[in-house]
Amino acid sequence: MQIGVDVGGTNTDGVILSDGKVLVSEKTTTTENVGDGVFNIIQAVLKKGNITPNNISSVMIGTTHFTNALVERKKLKKIAAIRLALPAADSLEQMIGWPKDLVSHLDPIKFFAKGGYEVDGREISKLDKDEITKIAEEIAKQNYTNIAINSVYSPLNSEMELEAREIITKIIPDANISLSHTIGKVGLIERENATIINSALTNLAEDIVESFKNALKKLNIEAPLYISQNDGTLMKPDKVKEYPVLTFACGPTNSMRGAAHLSGIEDSIIVDIGGTTSDIGYIKSGFPRQSAIATDVGGVRTNFRMPDIISIGLGGGSIIRDDGHKVGPDSVGFRLTEKALVFGGDTLTATDIAVKHYNLDIGDKSLLNNIDDSLIKNAKIEITRLLEDSVDKMKTSSEKVPAVFVGGGTIINKENLNGISELVIPDNFAVANAVGAALGQVSGEVDRVFHYEKLGRDKTIELATEEAKQFAKDAGAKEASIEINEINENPLAYLPGKSVRLQIKAIGDLENY
Amino acid sequence: MKKLTLDKIDDFLRGTAFLGTGGGGNPYVGGLMLRQELEKGFEPVLIKGEEVADDDLVLPIANMGAPTVLVEKLPNAKSAVKALRKMEELMGKKCKALIAAEAGGINGTLPFIVSAYTGLPVIDADGMGRAFPELQMCTFGVYGVNCSPVIVRDEKDNEMIVNAENNHASEMFARVICMQMGTKSEICLYPMTGKQMKETSVHHTVTLAYEIGKSIGDARDKGTDPLEGIVEYFKNSFDKRFCKLLFQGKVTDLLRETTDGWARGEVKITSLSDPNDSILVKLQNEFLIALKDGKPLAMVPDLICLVDLENAEPITAEDVKYGQRVNVIGVSVPPNMRTKAALDTFGPVPFKVFDKYIPIEDIK
Repeated sequence: MQIGVDVGGTNTDGVILSDGKVLVSEKTTTTENVGDGVFNIIQAVLKKGNITPNNISSVMIGTTHFTNALVERKKLKKIAAIRLALPAADSLEQMIGWPKDLVSHLDPIKFFAKGGYEVDGREISKLDKDEITKIAEEIAKQNYTNIAINSVYSPLNSEMELEAREIITKIIPDANISLSHTIGKVGLIERENATIINSALTNLAEDIVESFKNALKKLNIEAPLYISQNDGTLMKPDKVKEYPVLTFACGPTNSMRGAAHLSGIEDSIIVDIGGTTSDIGYIKSGFPRQSAIATDVGGVRTNFRMPDIISIGLGGGSIIRDDGHKVGPDSVGFRLTEKALVFGGDTLTATDIAVKHYNLDIGDKSLLNNIDDSLIKNAKIEITRLLEDSVDKMKTSSEKVPAVFVGGGTIINKENLNGISELVIPDNFAVANAVGAALGQVSGEVDRVFHYEKLGRDKTIELATEEAKQFAKDAGAKEASIEINEINENPLAYLPGKSVRLQIKAIGDLENY
Repeated sequence: MKKLTLDKIDDFLRGTAFLGTGGGGNPYVGGLMLRQELEKGFEPVLIKGEEVADDDLVLPIANMGAPTVLVEKLPNAKSAVKALRKMEELMGKKCKALIAAEAGGINGTLPFIVSAYTGLPVIDADGMGRAFPELQMCTFGVYGVNCSPVIVRDEKDNEMIVNAENNHASEMFARVICMQMGTKSEICLYPMTGKQMKETSVHHTVTLAYEIGKSIGDARDKGTDPLEGIVEYFKNSFDKRFCKLLFQGKVTDLLRETTDGWARGEVKITSLSDPNDSILVKLQNEFLIALKDGKPLAMVPDLICLVDLENAEPITAEDVKYGQRVNVIGVSVPPNMRTKAALDTFGPVPFKVFDKYIPIEDIK
């Protein structure tokens, strides 16, 4: 059995899965101390299901905590940023265009040093060890420990970043160093931004991961702990300490994968309706379609692969105005149970409309007696319009596709929509993201320079693929379930021996799943 | 516009992306560089073409190379300044004003960065009125300015001077050098007098870019339809451009390939209301022609721009994706971009997309 937990900004949800079926689910409010929240929810689901900890084979947690820390500018460390590029790429400093308050939180010291690669793999210039040593001494002198290193075209060749890290670690043994090639793809500025954010979050990551581990210890759970990353695969806790930024956007990914699993439909539109917003995405073969466009996180531009979703201001708490003609985008949010009319509050919300329209057993229906039928009708029309518009945007053809509705706000629409072949609201719709976390797969990656001259292209790729699969197996994947998810081939024309940077990612289900 | 200030940057960049008609490189990085200089207190001065004396030396400055490399190796201001100084040396004269070779895309910002380093004013004009992929596709050359000498250089102080038999040959040789420099070079080319600049440029394109961007930004702020903002702007603009919505729909097919160093492709856009109603936009770095049932709606050098249906943000060719809802806008270009000489250089025939040029306003 697996436990899946989703730590959101407002709610912490938990589920226990057995053979892919939801045995128990529970919702709690997110606590100030995230570790306590995780402890509470796991304790709650274990108790509700009457399940003993030794039956649990793994625990998967998806958290928006690191995204929120950035957005709220909380617990971020000061940063030293080094760019290996000279004499190139020095006309634009690090962190230009960032929100001013975030920059002052990170209080950066910026360095430029010789290094970096050309697009064809040649060196822009050699790494100068003395220069890096001097930079490290300066960083040590100023008492900075969190360092982001970014070399030009590091996605093609990581060597200089690794070498620079080695030199710096000798001088600052306790440095938290983030290397850009482990974090982002081509696009110097976006990759550097993500690396800097990552480095600023590593201390927080250490604390959070420890608090998760402690929560499990207190609950006598010895099963391994995994944490979701943005592509729906899982990371081991120690990796999260090093790469917290890779957890960004795991929320939408988890809820979409959870929705696909709960509904049993692998190709569909997913509509995740929360209290304030709805996220609409598209899932193909069980995986979210990725966005091609640069994404802003906390006001900073990055080039992460994130699910291609649109968010609209429509949720269970959306405020209704203009005789029902206007729905949202503002919402009473997490105060729904005190603000909504049906709960004795003073604000007309989408939930009130749904309760009256569908005659739901929520709150005190008699409080809605004075609402006009025409208002209900207008609001329903507007809700339908908002949903149909966004669903249409996510479709790639005019053919009708099924839509799966999940999330706590799902109650606001039960009817089929234009352009949709079938509207599916699966069981356990309210905890789809915790289910998605529990379903996380593990991956194995190969990412280095190969020389085709020795064995030829086909044989080289075949061997590298086997290696990636082995890594996935080592990470805990069931052999039969392992598939190759991504192969990237970047020829380095100017290196000898037909050199190519190969990036291969294999993914598979956990063995004990 | 007299001065490009911080509060105008976003509008200006949006406008350069619009004039990029899908190509010219994403102006984002150039915009950050500009922002960095402005935040240090730099105040770029924009002057009208007629403010330049006839015998002054005017120098176009640009980045040459692949847009995908520019986002990694970044434009280099010092290298661009050195290219400029080298050209001054060759001409035996000091440069009095800078001009963009290309107003669309990332090259619209480079003259301002160089201005920050040199204090030289930037002329409100350029040599393309939009974005084009090759050096000879420039009104400077069409009307008699020699593209050579071209100073091609990089950050390592590799500096080559191309003196070629004609403008097309200048492009060919400079391109080979650029590849060797890592597919990104700073170039200074088409050295010209103030008189030549006045006679051969596409004028007011910096202001145009800013005002296009502003018309979109203003409409968003006011909550009115940004598309109407654009159409309305062009109708009333100083050079009375013809502008029309060519099509509205959703990207339903996308074909992309890279051949001979070109990003070629086709975008199919299908009506939101009628699935049998669609158009095809062909691209080669830039959007070159829009066709409906094989008949053109607009063609190069007239501008064909894809903008987001909701917020009218211009979409570059590499960012086009399935399912995107777009407005396809066509805009006429000024008369000096439509003469026989101009069309022979950058019209539908040299681009091999149509057998003759038909102005957008003549297509019913």
